[in-house]
Amino acid sequence: MLTPLAYALVAAGLVIAVWAGVAAARDRRVSGAQLLTAAVVEVVLVVQAVIAMVLLARDGDGVEPVTFIGYWLTAVLLLPVGAFWAIGERSRWGNGVLALSGLVVAVLLLRLVQLWTAGA
Amino acid sequence: MPSRTSSGFGRLLVAVYAVFAVSASARAGYQLATDFSSAPLAYLLSAVAALVYVLATVALTRSGERGRWVATAAITFELVGVLVVGAVSFAVPEAFPQPTVWSHFGEGYGYVPLVLPLVGLWWMRHTRRSEWSGSTTSA
Repeated sequence: MLTPLAYALVAAGLVIAVWAGVAAARDRRVSGAQLLTAAVVEVVLVVQAVIAMVLLARDGDGVEPVTFIGYWLTAVLLLPVGAFWAIGERSRWGNGVLALSGLVVAVLLLRLVQLWTAGA
Repeated sequence: MPSRTSSGFGRLLVAVYAVFAVSASARAGYQLATDFSSAPLAYLLSAVAALVYVLATVALTRSGERGRWVATAAITFELVGVLVVGAVSFAVPEAFPQPTVWSHFGEGYGYVPLVLPLVGLWWMRHTRRSEWSGSTTSA
């Protein structure tokens, strides 16, 4: 796994979380700019997930594979599912859902870095 | 038409329950499959907790009396569970050699497992009351 990119994704998750959190506090609905940002982050997440799977097969002998792959699957599904659930809500709470999704992405990526560095 | 309990603030509540349902289920499934014999009680409790979160998540998205009843029952069970398991894990630590979601009142999950059922029960009351007062929009 590319650790710097993983940390960048932790930061990206936190940016989504803070942005959505502030928007929720200001009683705003989820905006197009937010969805676009989430989509860009999602693309990077997928790229990193693919890289992580290749590196896992190549030199991830010490990494616990079921947990590692399970965390990655969750991390990749989170933003699409979260965004879908968020845009169905026409109030500030859509932003609440988006903030939660960003936060969980950040936590999952931190755990993935831990799993990777512990095993490789 | 989404149910009352899953719109407005309920939208976020369902999302938080879904996160717990997925993480608790994955963790319990993994523990039961790989390491059941080392802590059967703790792992079975993890599985029960996971089922309760799944049930609460689904029931909160259902409209109607039955969904409301199931959600309230699941959330109440969750509150009793976190209180009993939390207390027992302090009083008889050897019963829980491996942590569960509810050990030490959910300390390992930032006490969210303790706060969540309280918020959930408040929300069930809140949506019930605004139904009676005849208001059509939710928080």
